[in-house]
Amino acid sequence: MADFNVNVRGVGSVSVIDVKGYLDAHTAPQLENAFNQLIDGSKYKVVVNFNDLSYISSAGLGVFMAYVETMRENKGDIKFSNMQDGVYNIFDLLGFPMLYEFYKNENEAIEKFKESISK
Amino acid sequence: MTSKTNNINKELTVKSTTNNLAIIREFVENVARESGFSKEIVSKISLAVDEACTNVIKHAYKFSPDREIKILTQFNDSKLTIRITDSGDKFDPNLIPEPNLKEYHKQKKVGGLGMFLMKKLMDEVQYHTLSGNQNQVVLVKYLA
Repeated sequence: MADFNVNVRGVGSVSVIDVKGYLDAHTAPQLENAFNQLIDGSKYKVVVNFNDLSYISSAGLGVFMAYVETMRENKGDIKFSNMQDGVYNIFDLLGFPMLYEFYKNENEAIEKFKESISK
Repeated sequence: MTSKTNNINKELTVKSTTNNLAIIREFVENVARESGFSKEIVSKISLAVDEACTNVIKHAYKFSPDREIKILTQFNDSKLTIRITDSGDKFDPNLIPEPNLKEYHKQKKVGGLGMFLMKKLMDEVQYHTLSGNQNQVVLVKYLA
């Protein structure tokens, strides 16, 4: 069994998704559920904190591709933070840095959302 | 384990559920480690095999959970060969174009990423049709 856990926290108007363990084709539906719940609650500003994620396959990457447009169309975004090098390398191989924002820590990502509100 | 003896063969057969991906990765990681690959390369090989098996589960078996995936590994003369065999629908890799990544993200096309990753992560990727309606993906990594 792949060990995976997803938890959603609210930080002001931003939702932070903590992902932990192994994100593959078996566990990706749990992450989809989290995104579906955010959309149901009209929460479109999302930071995904990868601090405790050890593994990702294309099934996991596909989840972000499937939801990012909905978030952006509603003045939100999906931003990434706290990613380990091994996980970042996979995002990099698939061209994500061209189209997504990556931050060293969660607060930086949350601050970016605040900047775009005050503009 | 430090066995770097030539010609190590191992085999794992599992049912075609995504639940087994973790078992498959553990098997392949052990094989790659015993073959002498670095931690970084072990992770790459493991991901490539995960992608190949995920494609089998999704495309060859269309999520039917009680079919079989057979994984054969062979380490010989610094070359690790991993053969993944299924008896599901035939799959023509030529029908999947190499993605232009920027266009890919725009179109939200999620499929095909696995094949693209496999090519990036391994030294060789081949697709074969075997007798008895079997399909086989062959992944090769050389111990540099």
